[in-house]
Amino acid sequence: MITLEKRPEPSRFWSWATPVLAVLLTMVAGGAMFAALGKDPVEAIRTIFWDPLFGEFAFYYRGQLLVKAGPLILIAIGLSMGFRAGIWNIGAEGQYIIGAICGAALGLAFYPFDSFIVFPLMVLAGALGGFLWAMIPGILRVKFNTNEILVSLLLVYVAEFILASMALGALKNPDGAGFPGSRNFRSYPSGFNEEIIAGTGLHWGVVAAFIAVIFAYVLFARHQMGFQIKLAGQAPRAARFGGVNPSRLILFCLGMSGALAGLAGLFEVSGPAGQVSIDFNVGYGFTAIIVAFLGRLHPVGILLAGLLLALTYIGGEAAQSSLGLPAAAIQAFQGMLLFFLLAVDVLTNFRFRFGKREVV
Amino acid sequence: MSAVLELSGLTKAYPGVIANDDVSLTIQPGEVHALLGENGAGKSTLVKMIYGLVKPDAGRMIFLGQEFAPAEPRAARAAGVAMVFQHFSLFEALDVAENIALGMEHPPNMRDLAARITEVSQAYGLPLDPSRLVGDLSAGERQRVEIIRCLLQNPKLLIMDEPTSVLTPQEVGILFQTLEKLRSEGTSILYISHKLEEIRRLCDAATILRLGKNVGTCDPKVETARAMAEMMVGATLHVPERKPHERTQVALELRGLSLAAPSAFGTSLKEVSLNVHRGEILGIGGVAGNGQDELTAALSGEMPVAAGQLWFEGQDIGALGPNERRALGLLAAPEERLGHAAAPDMSLTENAVLTATTRKSLTRKGFVNWRAAEGYTKEVIAQFDVRTPGPHTAARALSGGNLQKYVIGREILQDPDVLVVNQPTWGVDAAAAAAIRQALLDLAAGGAAIIVISQDLDELMEISDRFAALNEGRLTPPVPASGLSVEKIGLMMGGAHDLEPVHV
Repeated sequence: MITLEKRPEPSRFWSWATPVLAVLLTMVAGGAMFAALGKDPVEAIRTIFWDPLFGEFAFYYRGQLLVKAGPLILIAIGLSMGFRAGIWNIGAEGQYIIGAICGAALGLAFYPFDSFIVFPLMVLAGALGGFLWAMIPGILRVKFNTNEILVSLLLVYVAEFILASMALGALKNPDGAGFPGSRNFRSYPSGFNEEIIAGTGLHWGVVAAFIAVIFAYVLFARHQMGFQIKLAGQAPRAARFGGVNPSRLILFCLGMSGALAGLAGLFEVSGPAGQVSIDFNVGYGFTAIIVAFLGRLHPVGILLAGLLLALTYIGGEAAQSSLGLPAAAIQAFQGMLLFFLLAVDVLTNFRFRFGKREVV
Repeated sequence: MSAVLELSGLTKAYPGVIANDDVSLTIQPGEVHALLGENGAGKSTLVKMIYGLVKPDAGRMIFLGQEFAPAEPRAARAAGVAMVFQHFSLFEALDVAENIALGMEHPPNMRDLAARITEVSQAYGLPLDPSRLVGDLSAGERQRVEIIRCLLQNPKLLIMDEPTSVLTPQEVGILFQTLEKLRSEGTSILYISHKLEEIRRLCDAATILRLGKNVGTCDPKVETARAMAEMMVGATLHVPERKPHERTQVALELRGLSLAAPSAFGTSLKEVSLNVHRGEILGIGGVAGNGQDELTAALSGEMPVAAGQLWFEGQDIGALGPNERRALGLLAAPEERLGHAAAPDMSLTENAVLTATTRKSLTRKGFVNWRAAEGYTKEVIAQFDVRTPGPHTAARALSGGNLQKYVIGREILQDPDVLVVNQPTWGVDAAAAAAIRQALLDLAAGGAAIIVISQDLDELMEISDRFAALNEGRLTPPVPASGLSVEKIGLMMGGAHDLEPVHV
């Protein structure tokens, strides 16, 4: 008989080992899925995890790695603050879109004014847009005790409609011959989020992500706010006893995650995507939830998890084109990662005991 | 006559701890047998084995002359063992009869069941209306539901786990009459408690457990309470001593504090007035659920209080939050250790930051000074004899008594002007309880004002200068504690109404 037994203290070893185990299990189960789809599982896994880094076209893919990982890390860092406190912002995708629209709109309003000040102002507008969009679930929760999971999630769809309306209406490129989508920032250097070192994929958004990692690390390890976030998530009653103001914490966590998601959106729309289009968003806001948990809500973990998930994006695309794997299979593969992570997470707080004990 | 239950050599080990080590005991028919021991002595494990909740690793049980190894509680109940747990398993939204029906294998129809309940409750002097909602019942009445649920099975052995911890003195009297009637009918009772005076009053024999071992059997009617306590602890017991001190000016005052209940099953506070002087301990008694948690929260600052109702040294502090009150010198230690007074998964150092940040300056410009926090934690551990591997240990890994010593020590070493403690020794072993009470007395002697909220009347009588009781959110006017009779206390606790035993 196998029984689960609660550990007296959470295991340090397993809290780091479970993500690795989850990745391995995902490879096994994903391989089985690819085999069931009639593909060679070993080749599929190699195409996803190995080729982008060390294969023939690695020079191209490596740059993509940072481009994809940047927004994932930036958003996941913000989400991890709320998740640690038990505040569930599921709508980062919406904040990402609104941040992108606000930042891009400000930049486009300056067009063709040429100054170094334009891009920093866009960055601020992007953060502010995401922040305000996240304040909607925040204020509703604080004032009326609504559920922030539902409100933030539903606001994603509102944001998508606003995006469509902007791409087709207010922000449409006046010189675009009627095609949907805004002016391309590549043709407006003052507002363009350029690669800092050519060929590496390193743009300002990636720099912001690294800064966010360091900021979050300091916040969690040393600052009182980080302590209060952890406390509120683990023991809400103890937090109130300790003088934590729950409303302030909710607004802080939602505001920070919204602002970081908004920043990610702005960096994306003004750089890799280049323009506000109907579908420039590719679900980073949702994938970042996986990144946050895969990284154990720890800043360094999130950094690594963001790179890993970026790899599955790039590798998945490569597998789609070279092996003909359906896109849905790649999404299922990413989903498996979260699934296995949550499943093996039980090992952190519990241990297995094997064998039935003798009863006289 | 042969024994009802004979245990020989029962052993049960959990990882890292032997809960029961070669325990043997015998219960005679019609005997009230006390099982005594400190927290963690293995009392619960032993009765869980008898009730089929835990399987012994070794040893045998003989029940009514037959080999007995219940695989689950259902088997134990079928054989004639019934148990009343310390924590009730009742649904508040259902009525008494429905709750009892839920625990039965083949419930009769509700009308017959209600008649049976009324019949049994009258036969045993336990007044109970089968159609009342459990949510509306007092703790004593809820316990009656559990007892009647057991009696309907006609048990040969009734196990009761700390039955009096939630009762007023009058309710205890009624319970004892019921138990004596059961005894006269030949039902055996295994009675778990650490209240020695009760055991001396009620029980015919006592088995004492210490660290999982049976350290002796005695006749509680002959043995003194002190001798039994020392057998339990295995050492000479230190009785807290009170130094004479003078009452000086009022430190904290409540003027007609009224507060709505925070939740549906909470208690509203109604017109609570009190004052507590420097150098004084004010004891507040009462059965659990009569507003103790709400009063603690109102004093600690977790629940804000209307203007003019709460005064600290002449200052209206009702609107201040917990940390602002701490800054002034008003500290609190809530009842629930894990999850309220301390965060279970956090280390002791982190738990020091939880309340000591303001007064011990554990932060600078918002950044936590972890070295200072660890230093303070070590100070608490050393001065209050907290047994733990070190300040990095998670709070949940400590035993109840050690964690409580840590929680009380964490507040006391912050040098409070007023300290509010709720249930300072609940579930704490005798040695730790004595140490905590001594620390409270010393703090008062040093000039602090202390409010002790407790359900343990012996404790309150031992350390309080004045006594008041909470009953349904109202507080009686405080009276001097010395010379207060048990009857008077019972009346103050509101135990007077609805408590006449039914005479048959």
